[in-house]
Amino acid sequence: MNKTGLNSMNKFNKSTINNIITIALIIVVYVICQILISTGVMSNLLQGLLVPICYYSILAVSLNLTVGILGELSLGHAGFMCIGAFTGAFFSKCTATILPNVFLRFTLAIIIGALSAALLGALIGVAVLRLRGDYLAIVTLAFGEIIKNVINVLYIGLDSKGFHFSMKDTVSLNLLDDGQVILKGAQGISGTPQNTSFTIAVLLLIITYLLISNLIHSRSGRAIMAIRDNRIAAESVGIDITKFKLLAFSISAAMAGVAGVLYSHNISSLTATPKNFGYNQSIMILVFVVLGGMGNIRGSIIAAAVLTLLPEYLRFMQDYRMLIYAIVLIVMMIFNWNPTCVTWRKNHPIKGIFSLLSNKTKKEA
Amino acid sequence: MAMLSVNNLGISFGGLRAVDSFNITIEKGELYGLIGPNGAGKTTAFNLLTGVYKPDTGRVLLDDVNITGLSTIEINKAGVARTFQNIRLFRNMSVLDNVKIGLHNNYKYSTTSGILRLPTFFKTERQMNESAFDILKVFGLDKEANFLSANLPYGKQRKLEIARALATNPKLLLLDEPAAGMNPAETDELMETITLIRNKYNVTILLIEHDMKLVAGICEKIFVLNFGQQLANGLPSDVLNNPEVIKAYLGE
Repeated sequence: MNKTGLNSMNKFNKSTINNIITIALIIVVYVICQILISTGVMSNLLQGLLVPICYYSILAVSLNLTVGILGELSLGHAGFMCIGAFTGAFFSKCTATILPNVFLRFTLAIIIGALSAALLGALIGVAVLRLRGDYLAIVTLAFGEIIKNVINVLYIGLDSKGFHFSMKDTVSLNLLDDGQVILKGAQGISGTPQNTSFTIAVLLLIITYLLISNLIHSRSGRAIMAIRDNRIAAESVGIDITKFKLLAFSISAAMAGVAGVLYSHNISSLTATPKNFGYNQSIMILVFVVLGGMGNIRGSIIAAAVLTLLPEYLRFMQDYRMLIYAIVLIVMMIFNWNPTCVTWRKNHPIKGIFSLLSNKTKKEA
Repeated sequence: MAMLSVNNLGISFGGLRAVDSFNITIEKGELYGLIGPNGAGKTTAFNLLTGVYKPDTGRVLLDDVNITGLSTIEINKAGVARTFQNIRLFRNMSVLDNVKIGLHNNYKYSTTSGILRLPTFFKTERQMNESAFDILKVFGLDKEANFLSANLPYGKQRKLEIARALATNPKLLLLDEPAAGMNPAETDELMETITLIRNKYNVTILLIEHDMKLVAGICEKIFVLNFGQQLANGLPSDVLNNPEVIKAYLGE
């Protein structure tokens, strides 16, 4: 093979090598965590944070597709998580007696959560993706809030006659004696089977990572990045802007829906409050993406993990906790993006270990 | 048979008639030059031909197919590719990826097979790489294939833009000031490249240019636009010696 051909092969393998490194890192961390849990070294606090780290990572990776790859600022990501959480929990609660097989039920719940979030993402996308920049950010923010507030006034009950809907209260559902109220407005859904485990969460994180990483390094991913870099030039080479924007937006929403399903099956009572599905949450996910690096999928996962652990470990500082958190954010930002720090990092041994690792995999491959 | 036949094309912006009764017929394989003083409406004419603006009047036939009023994307699919006066590359992507985006509609596989890495993904990507390298070699950019396109020197960025446009496999290539900002040596090289791609890819070319050496050197016909209207049209020797043209360029 000639030299240029080899060049292209190298480039081509680069994304595969990156995938292998990231997945290997996730698996190593997973194995370490499992060992620590089984030997009883890991505190209950940390054990409780393992699943949240996974779903926050999924959220960060999926938002990176919209913000870093498509280049559109979306502030409604928690809204899509909310839809996934509620449709997933709704399905699981409805079918808890009909489908005793946990694996099948939970898989279906994840698929339903992802599909409904993707559907809503596509619907909202059609309406808002002609907007750009700040305008898109404001409209997605509003949609996120609307989703949360609609769920807060929605009552759904199930009896032998089928589903009953109301926007008022549980009485107006007119349920028969055998019926049960599934979604109780602001009280949300309680008693969802808690099927999420650390293993499933890690598995879904790996699937999300592969899905988005493979998408980016395919024909469609290139088209999405072309729209980000120069919309007019992308049109001039015949790239269907609307189609690929919608594609990226819906896939991003679908993965947020998956994270929502994980979330709702990890807690006993699911409610839509400003704390879990509000715009603060959306902005927090955006912070993960920005700190991890726009378009850097592995960085999103690391940032999500670090920033989920940090507030918990700063609890001993009491009142100063959020102050220190903010300072750490600033320091991380400088370390990530300051040119001096970037050069310093390049000469630092940690980078050497990574390049050694990638060299090794290259030889094996 | 004419590759491009434009009849009475025109557009107004408010009270300004930017392009008026634009008539041009370009035969297959011809290298046509479009010149005129600043603000004459040259780039507006390009924007009308590529669907960036919708014309008020007139008709555009590409290879006997009516493409008047179609969208930019549809016009590109019909076989018109262009470059831009101010370079518009995909700056955060590699040189190779820029060309591969140009190949987007020529090599297809579904998003699903891309995500699942099915055999069609590997097969098509390999074909795309080969095809992209073929084009890059013509422009002498193959050694920079993995560079970030924003890091290329200016002259090579202009070339990459032509390479990307060519990758869409056009019938008609519109070049908007390809030599702008180039030094004489780079311009000479560009003239050779333009002639080469015309012959090699059998493409019809219409180019806007201010560099008279380039226009006189490679264009087979020249169209002169002034205040949105035709001033002269024909062979370079006739057009460039036309007193009206000299007056428009140099003043009285």
